[in-house]
Amino acid sequence: MSLLRLENLTKKFGGLTAVNNVSFESGQGSIVGLIGPNGAGKTTVFNLITGNYQPNEGNIIFDGQPIAGLLTHKIVSMGIARTFQTIRLFKNLSALENVLAGCHCRMKSGIFGGMFRTPAQKREEREALEQALAELDFVGLGEQADVLSSNLSYGNQRLLEIARALATRPRLLILDEPAGGMNEQETDSLIRLIRRTQDRGITVLLIEHDMGLVMEVCEKLVVIEYGGKIAEGTPDEIKENPRVIEAYLGTEEEDE
Amino acid sequence: MMQNTAEKFPKRYIVYGICAVLLAFAPLLLDSYWTDVLNNVGLYAILGLSLNLIVGHSGLFNLGHAAFYAMGAYTAAILNTLFKIPILLLLPASALTAGLFALIIARPIIHLRGDYLCIVTIGVGEIIRIALINDIFGITGGANGIFGISRPVLFGLKINKPYEFYYLIWIFAAVTVFLFFRLENSRFGRALNYLREDEVAAEGSGINTAYYKLAAFVLGAAWAGMVGTIYASKMMIVSPESFNFWESVIMFTLIILGGSGSIPGVLMGAFLIIGLPEVFRGFANARMLIFGAAMVVMMIFRPQGILPPHPRKYPIPRMDKTNRMSENEGTS
Amino acid sequence: MEFFFQQLTNGLAIGGIYALIALGYTMVYGVLKLINFAHGDLFTMGAYLGLTLLTSLALHQHLGAFPGVIVLAVMVMGLVGIIGILLDQAAYRPLRESPRLSAVVSALGASIFFQNLVMMVYGAKYQYYPKNILPKTVITIMGLPIPLMRILILLTSVFMMVALYLFIQKSKVGTAIRAAAIDQGAARLMGINVNRVIMLVFFIGPALGGAAGLMVGLYYGQINFTMGWVYGLKAFTAAILGGIGNIPGAMVGGILLGLIESLGAAYISLAWKDAIAFCVLIAILIVRPTGLLGERVAEKI
Repeated sequence: MSLLRLENLTKKFGGLTAVNNVSFESGQGSIVGLIGPNGAGKTTVFNLITGNYQPNEGNIIFDGQPIAGLLTHKIVSMGIARTFQTIRLFKNLSALENVLAGCHCRMKSGIFGGMFRTPAQKREEREALEQALAELDFVGLGEQADVLSSNLSYGNQRLLEIARALATRPRLLILDEPAGGMNEQETDSLIRLIRRTQDRGITVLLIEHDMGLVMEVCEKLVVIEYGGKIAEGTPDEIKENPRVIEAYLGTEEEDE
Repeated sequence: MMQNTAEKFPKRYIVYGICAVLLAFAPLLLDSYWTDVLNNVGLYAILGLSLNLIVGHSGLFNLGHAAFYAMGAYTAAILNTLFKIPILLLLPASALTAGLFALIIARPIIHLRGDYLCIVTIGVGEIIRIALINDIFGITGGANGIFGISRPVLFGLKINKPYEFYYLIWIFAAVTVFLFFRLENSRFGRALNYLREDEVAAEGSGINTAYYKLAAFVLGAAWAGMVGTIYASKMMIVSPESFNFWESVIMFTLIILGGSGSIPGVLMGAFLIIGLPEVFRGFANARMLIFGAAMVVMMIFRPQGILPPHPRKYPIPRMDKTNRMSENEGTS
Repeated sequence: MEFFFQQLTNGLAIGGIYALIALGYTMVYGVLKLINFAHGDLFTMGAYLGLTLLTSLALHQHLGAFPGVIVLAVMVMGLVGIIGILLDQAAYRPLRESPRLSAVVSALGASIFFQNLVMMVYGAKYQYYPKNILPKTVITIMGLPIPLMRILILLTSVFMMVALYLFIQKSKVGTAIRAAAIDQGAARLMGINVNRVIMLVFFIGPALGGAAGLMVGLYYGQINFTMGWVYGLKAFTAAILGGIGNIPGAMVGGILLGLIESLGAAYISLAWKDAIAFCVLIAILIVRPTGLLGERVAEKI
């Protein structure tokens, strides 16, 4: 059963078509990778799913409901959480408070509750704190709860973003280059973290350039080039696909 | 990591306590002139705290806060002089008018980038002042304003003398500090900070950023409206020039200098900006010149202000483990 | 008809002045993404320095009215331009890497500083330009009288704007300014001395603002230390109206705002004259935040 389905998604910026007629599905509980050369439009696809951009054409169906056109926070509360390619933490706040941001959408208390500390508000705060600490433990940052997020190492900042996203209790987690800037060891533990996330019943959709990680962890890959989908299949199928080889080897040679 | 145990009762609480005791007995030691100076400090402290929600916590530049202050003062003045409604009963009405007004003007522009928002708030402040001068709807009394506003009456006691106002104002300030302190340490307060730190990331973490921006504006405006009511009954007259752009600048500056997002900082700022010039009255002309230079110097050398906010503290249950870890780090 | 014509020409003259000030906002904003709140006060300084030089040097008596005023204008522009550079060095340059809002606070502080500096030096009262510096000729076009002064103001501001536009579009230095406005990092990699570009922008913008201050002094005859604030806000409105960061936009916005204000004051309400510009500002930000000539830029996430 598919949790997320993109149907003929198109996004234009002025004269540039960043995403052109892209369709694919993420099955419930699966790990899907979105790959392609730099500038192919992968992050734009993510921004469309999370409501940061509005598509010019096409539909985004999440759990049977169309979500295109909804505001980002609304989409988050429906169960889609994300991390950012360029790390966007709340730099002047502690790791714990960063994760508490994720808890926000599952809490209710407002101005009155905050000012007068009603019993419901206190209970909710306590539960949020417990959950936030649990998520920090889950990504392995339990000991760094008090540390200012900007003082964390690069790899740990990426993990903190994942913890913040998980704290929203998502059903779909979208990771934008989670291994970017990580060393081999950190990438290995990231792979285990992604698997453990899947074990919690959370569907994962990720963009990643580290082919080792992608081939190991993803069950399905979608390949994008120049905004359009050029292939879709299991990692083994993608490895053999001539168009993908052409696109990838071609660009890699250009890079060198 | 140590701060969780070591700072269970930080020394600064002792300082706060001493300041509170001094404030409680200040009118007994001061003549009526200096008591009135402290009354003004108190009014600006509350105004600063209300603006601090918008500027300090949410990072929204509002240079038109005097407009909300004016809304409250004029609401109280009009309803009091026309219908003889007691001043203190008008506090909710003033809060409502100022809050509603903030909602109406902020709603269409709330999505704009910070510096645009700043310019619009300046513009709105000016439009309000001009509207008041032009005797809009024939109820604001034009350039002369409205006079004959009655004194507040509390439990049958008419508040008249400076020391009586002193306790009215500073109790209001104390209640404000108490409520706002709790508010900033709650889900609401955190949401404002997320917004200030990174709007895109806040929205992406599930926070309705547009709602919280508006909520900060409306709550801050409503509070300033209530201060306006107290001001109107203290002066017994309101006129447009009491709510000009420089009033907004003073409120803004005291936050920035004191420490934006910090309650002690805002109180400190109010004392420095309203109280200090009284101490050095010979330099009254140079006051604004020095403030201007101080703002520049402050941004370069201490952008966080004199008393920046302390990080929030959370009861982390696994304290023992944490301490053990940090000790290990210390020995290795 | 004559009344309308008077309002129209008056609006064009004021609009020219707004446009000149707006250029300073827009150039600084284009390169640094900073609203230079002190710009209005540099305009005030232009007016006051103009008055001091006018009374102390009396160039118009030695050189004749028009050459005297031209030399005066050049001197005022040079001085205010230098003050602009000093302002940047003292208040903005140390904050290049800081959050943008820190720079905004610093700009506000600088504005308060300058305004009060002028007040302390010249006093809080209105100051008056000597009368009859320039001949009060009224010329007749198609049977309708116009003071020569208005035409001169409009022509001078249009001349300066066109000169600036050509300089920015055609010269090598202008290209460097445009490059720095688009991407400072890339401009630096291309060998452009971005610091020098910023200095130049902080010279040209305030110089134009200073010229506008002198014009206001000559046109209205009276100046006040707080006037930079109102003119500055209106000029900033003009810059937004045209599309901030956009040089032709500042010109179009300035002239348009001058016309709207002049005609609005005449036909709607004189008492609300100063509110008109702010209403225009709010309306434009609601309807088209990028301004008339500005382009929409997608925010990168």
